[in-house]
Amino acid sequence: MRIELVKRPQRSALFSMLSPFIAFALTIIAGAIMFALLGVNPLNAFEIYFVEPISQVWQLHELAIKAAPLILIAVGLSVCYKANIWNIGAEGQFIFGAIFGSIIPVLFPQFEGPLVIPLMLLLGMVGGAFYASIPALLKTRFSTNEILTSLMLVYVAQLFLDWLVRGPWRDPQGHGFPQTIQFGDSAVLPELMPDAGRANWGFVFALVAAVLVWLMMSRMLKGFEVRVLGSSPRAGRFAGFGFNRMVFFTFLLSGALAGLAGISEVSGAIGQLQPVISPGYGFTAIIVAFLGRLNPLGIVAAGLVLALTYLGGEAVQSALGISDKVARVFQGMLLFFVLGCDTLIHYRIRLIGIALTKPNGAAQLEAAPKLEEAR
Amino acid sequence: MGGTVSANHDRANLLEVRGLTKIFGTLTACDHIDLNIAKGEIHALLGENGAGKSTLVKMLFGSLEPNSGEIFWDGKPVKITSPGVAKKLGIGMVFQHFSLFEALTAAENIALSLNDGSPIGSIAAKARALSYSYGLPLDPDSLVGDLSVGERQRIEIIRCLLQTPQLIILDEPTSVLTPQEADKLFETLERLRSEGKSILYISHRLEEVKRICDRATVLRHGKVVGHCNPRQETAASLARMMVGSEVKAVVRAPAEGIETAPALLQIRSLSRKPATPFAIPLKNINLTVRAGEVIGIAGVAGNGQGEFFESVSGEVLQQDAGSVRIRGKDAGGLSITGRRLMGAAFVPEERLGHGAAPRMKLSENLLLSRHATDGKAFVGSGGMVKNGAVYSAAQRIITAMDVRKSAPDPEAAALSGGNLQKFIVGRELDRKPSVMVVNQPTWGVDAGAAAHIRQALIELARSGSAVLVISQDLDELFELSDAIAVMHNGELSVPLPIAEATFEKIGLLMGGAEPGHAEHSLEVA
Repeated sequence: MRIELVKRPQRSALFSMLSPFIAFALTIIAGAIMFALLGVNPLNAFEIYFVEPISQVWQLHELAIKAAPLILIAVGLSVCYKANIWNIGAEGQFIFGAIFGSIIPVLFPQFEGPLVIPLMLLLGMVGGAFYASIPALLKTRFSTNEILTSLMLVYVAQLFLDWLVRGPWRDPQGHGFPQTIQFGDSAVLPELMPDAGRANWGFVFALVAAVLVWLMMSRMLKGFEVRVLGSSPRAGRFAGFGFNRMVFFTFLLSGALAGLAGISEVSGAIGQLQPVISPGYGFTAIIVAFLGRLNPLGIVAAGLVLALTYLGGEAVQSALGISDKVARVFQGMLLFFVLGCDTLIHYRIRLIGIALTKPNGAAQLEAAPKLEEAR
Repeated sequence: MGGTVSANHDRANLLEVRGLTKIFGTLTACDHIDLNIAKGEIHALLGENGAGKSTLVKMLFGSLEPNSGEIFWDGKPVKITSPGVAKKLGIGMVFQHFSLFEALTAAENIALSLNDGSPIGSIAAKARALSYSYGLPLDPDSLVGDLSVGERQRIEIIRCLLQTPQLIILDEPTSVLTPQEADKLFETLERLRSEGKSILYISHRLEEVKRICDRATVLRHGKVVGHCNPRQETAASLARMMVGSEVKAVVRAPAEGIETAPALLQIRSLSRKPATPFAIPLKNINLTVRAGEVIGIAGVAGNGQGEFFESVSGEVLQQDAGSVRIRGKDAGGLSITGRRLMGAAFVPEERLGHGAAPRMKLSENLLLSRHATDGKAFVGSGGMVKNGAVYSAAQRIITAMDVRKSAPDPEAAALSGGNLQKFIVGRELDRKPSVMVVNQPTWGVDAGAAAHIRQALIELARSGSAVLVISQDLDELFELSDAIAVMHNGELSVPLPIAEATFEKIGLLMGGAEPGHAEHSLEVA
């Protein structure tokens, strides 16, 4: 018995649209089974997980705080993925954005004024872009696989941050805690509506970035270039679009947005650098990008959903005593079902008995050399 | 051999197809097709591109499921649900586009498709024996990458024969062969027929259908328009059945004063090292194309035409800027965009994935090659694409080239090959380029569309442009060109004026005869 994926001749437009919703429904069902196995009433758990965390205004602000970095990063990643370039290292670019942006408040705390925040944000974007340029350079120079290099650089970034806050950047008055000094007032990203909740300008950046990138991808020649090179590289070369230039463009753009998310998070939500500044935003953003169907506007909605899984995870931990790793499980299931649904839109499953020794051999061979060419 | 022809009709049918129908959305690709193939006959399937030939064959080979209709194999009803089922029945297929891995040997490629776990050694021995017995000598241990296209086709045929099929389907088999190689293939097919095997032969080359096929079924717009004995028809009458009307002959007005016309495209000592282990190096190529003329480059596929096209188009840059000159200026160091801006236009061989992005709309595919040359018309301030202007330009090309399609602005992949090619050629013609380089202008394109494209290329030249056509189709080159050069193993012969060129001369050069012959005759002239 063997399972084969057979390409469908036509894609169903209806199911392409419904796919994220079906995936979400399947996640809920699988989640209910998981809660039941944990000995919790699923309905009760869902209420705590998905409804209670957003039942009050200040909680919506918390949602915005969690959603902002997810959206910012995912919007950048969506451009990469549309170009068929696989930046998996947004988490590292996020951290480097945070480190670069923190240079001013940590090393020059006496520098104050309205210029501090814009400079920090700019440095954050530079830091993220710088860190993203490494896998881009490796890919264009040595044809390394960007999935591996960008992913491995995440761990380098995490350890570098860890070393910084325990070593040179540690707060001398911090009783030995591994953290930098608290940022000064002019280095803190202002809150949008201080009376209502903690949400800061990071959420606005995310929305603006989403709209701008959407405009670029759907209306501008640059977006066309991304789509052509992503869908058929040879036609892209025929069009005169440079692939190496595109690698740098997408990595620098997504790196800068991840860096902006990093400095916004540190300057807005945390207020200092510490060994861990992200609950895995850079990785969760990959799910956000795909759940949003690589469309920046869809990503805004997907970012809010994934942000809720974080809040829900915290809520069930405190209310039901279930590990907040449950959030990771939900995110994983969601990605699994999204990719599964997407795959089944393009392919159907065919079961093949052992009796047939050469099933579909020609068709496979037909497809395989094309894949080889595409490399 | 000819004596068996009349007997065929009395024999039992190996394959019988009744009312086979396939519907894609609103398009009925195959509409109640009836087809009988007798044992031991070569049956031609004729039709323009988009007539439904491929769809029909895919249903017979199990890669597509019919919406309705019946298939009888040896008189028994069968359902061919997958290529595996087709092979079990005894249906083998040789595809138009080969499916071979270049880095593997012939035997390894065969083993992959047999997939029955027998050791490579025994497969190689079987393949060798079979190939020699059919007069298709093949070394199973040679790397596919080192083989010519004709030899690669042999692998496909041997691979198919190893599965001892009763019915062999050949899709446009001679489109990649030299006249001499094609003759060889016909001998093999006749041999197979004499062994009682049946062959379904798909082609649009009417002369060869007349030569080897016993019966023909002609499709038009998804319907069978007739069964006939091709030997009793003329090429013209067959073409009429296929197209439904007379195919206009291409008219080539005499070119005048070309010797003194400005050289718009000059290639000077162009050489290129192979970029991959399987690429052909280009060796010291010289060529001049003047305003008003069409120069053809003949040659068997895989002799450096692709590498040459990439170098001329600027997809690959030259070290020596003077090795490619467009309108009298060095262009060797410029990208494809730079060369387009100098007035050149290019049509690559592969339509899908090179000349056009398959999943993009026609209007987007227009932007693909013209975003820079028509930057003012198509791209506004801040890099915003003027979708309206692009759309109406695409519609203008669609009308001018008579591109037939199912939606106002469909994806490129949704068009039939011929219609997409008309669009891609039209996209460049619409610019009125002063230099036009076309690789395989009518590969797999039906007669009507091919005539349209060829006429358009001649008219472009006569209006004062330089046109360079690379093609493996000699008929086409003789129809189009004012002079024909031959590419063999990365070298280009001196162009032979059309008045002196014959099939035999060109065929010899294609086979690798000394280019000196051609040079000599030119000097004499």
